[in-house]
Amino acid sequence: MSLLEFARGPAIHWSLVILVAGIIWRLLGVLVLTRGADLSRPRDAFGNFKGYRTVFSRAWPNGEFTTATRYQTIMAYLFHFATLIVVVGITPHIEFIESLTGASWPALPNALGVAIGTIALISLIALIGRRISKPEIYCSNLGDYITWVLIAAPLLTGLMTFAHIGPRYETMLAIHILSVAVLFVWFPFSKLMHAFWFVFSRAQSGLAYAHKGVRI
Amino acid sequence: MARDSTLGELLRSQGVSRRAFLKFCTTTASVMALPASLVPAMADALEQAKRPSVIWLSFQECTGCTEALTRSHAPTLEGLIFDFISLDYHHTLQAASGRAAEEAREEAMREHAGQYLLLVDGSIPTVKAYSTIAGISNLDMLKDSAANAAAVIAVGTCAAYGGLPMAAPNPTSAVSVSDIVSDKPIINIPGCPPIPLAMTGVIAHYLTLGTLPALDHLGRPQAFFGENIHDRCYRRPFYDRGLFAETFDDEGARKGWCLYKLGCKGPVAYNACAHVKWNQGVSFPIQSGHGCIGCSEPGFWDAGGIYESIARGQFGTGPQIATAALVGAAAGAGAALLARSKKEKKAAAHAASE
Repeated sequence: MSLLEFARGPAIHWSLVILVAGIIWRLLGVLVLTRGADLSRPRDAFGNFKGYRTVFSRAWPNGEFTTATRYQTIMAYLFHFATLIVVVGITPHIEFIESLTGASWPALPNALGVAIGTIALISLIALIGRRISKPEIYCSNLGDYITWVLIAAPLLTGLMTFAHIGPRYETMLAIHILSVAVLFVWFPFSKLMHAFWFVFSRAQSGLAYAHKGVRI
Repeated sequence: MARDSTLGELLRSQGVSRRAFLKFCTTTASVMALPASLVPAMADALEQAKRPSVIWLSFQECTGCTEALTRSHAPTLEGLIFDFISLDYHHTLQAASGRAAEEAREEAMREHAGQYLLLVDGSIPTVKAYSTIAGISNLDMLKDSAANAAAVIAVGTCAAYGGLPMAAPNPTSAVSVSDIVSDKPIINIPGCPPIPLAMTGVIAHYLTLGTLPALDHLGRPQAFFGENIHDRCYRRPFYDRGLFAETFDDEGARKGWCLYKLGCKGPVAYNACAHVKWNQGVSFPIQSGHGCIGCSEPGFWDAGGIYESIARGQFGTGPQIATAALVGAAAGAGAALLARSKKEKKAAAHAASE
């Protein structure tokens, strides 16, 4: 079995199995563990609605922090959108998703995919630069750095594969797929779960604050 | 043809002009990445070359490799060089049969011990009974013939890497030449079939320099197998622009767009098809509208479907992932319920203590 056969066969297959099982495990593990009701009288009759509104309002920094957080806001938005577009927008990825789900859609030209992938990688480097230079803001742990490496690896190896830089194409493609497989395994057990948690944590905070009449 | 006649004499007798011969030498030298200064030396060496003795063994194969070499648009210089070698044993092409044929092989092995080239096409079944020639198993014949060979050239993917006979479930327990022969230089010229120029190029290199060309990590001549087809493909600009044929009969197919989505293995196949081409440079599979099947690569037959693109995962999807989701759900719910019952117990204990 060649490295590529291993990568796009058992490696990616079992990493997907772990990804799916892990995500559902963690989601249910927390969500089934409901909080007890707050028995105090809500200060705001529309508290619940305002709580859910937080899911969206927290997508942007509060006015007074706009300047202080401009750099990471812009970089984080660039990174998230660029990564999402690359993941679902280029032909090889759509082919992979189609082989898994049967669904497909029109792809971006490859040159555009490379440009957006480069933006994603650069913004990710910009973000780690800030994290390292301002340790007092982030209080990073080892897991945060592992996560960064595992996110950067597929972007870097994907671009290298496309550009035929480094080892031969099939080896580079195998390394790219393996880097994604490792990311899939890491995903449910790391802060990457914020991809799912952000909705619940924002809503929970919003509800708690609204109940107490805090303006949010 | 007399055994001691030279290649120059043969070519002149066939009406090949000096100009055409030099053109061939220049092309071969350039394709094999030899310096231009070697062209006159190559011409002289080939001109004076005596016929090398060649024993060609055909094992588990389809004769496609021989067909490709002998039926290439005639008369080519490649064909003539192929004619020039003293093919002392080739059971498809030789006139002799039975005991006489085997005697020819034994005589060549005896008279040219240590000097003859051994060409092999087809894979070798390790279960001896599956394929025999004159009562001799393929395995024994290869070991016997390779013992005194100067070098072994594995022609075609079956000889080089096992090919189709070795594909799952490999009913004959077939192996490649390099799995059997380990003490001789082996050159793999894979392909199903291989490009004729790759074969004559290796022979021309051997006749000219007396050495074998530089090989890649899979034992293939780098000159012919050093670059992948995708990089040399004339449809590559369509790949870059994201223009793909979706079926073999859509607008994209008619306009000659990239065949990546139709399973073309160009990006992972290393061969000279895209620039040397076939039938004297007329065309190659992608140019005729069919994706590359990656036939020069080891295990190509088992590396996913011919019409499945490289990016596709090679796994059985649905059931296992659905099972994983169920396992995850059970684990998650179990963990949560456990935590909740712990919480309730603690609350009850706390209430009781108050």
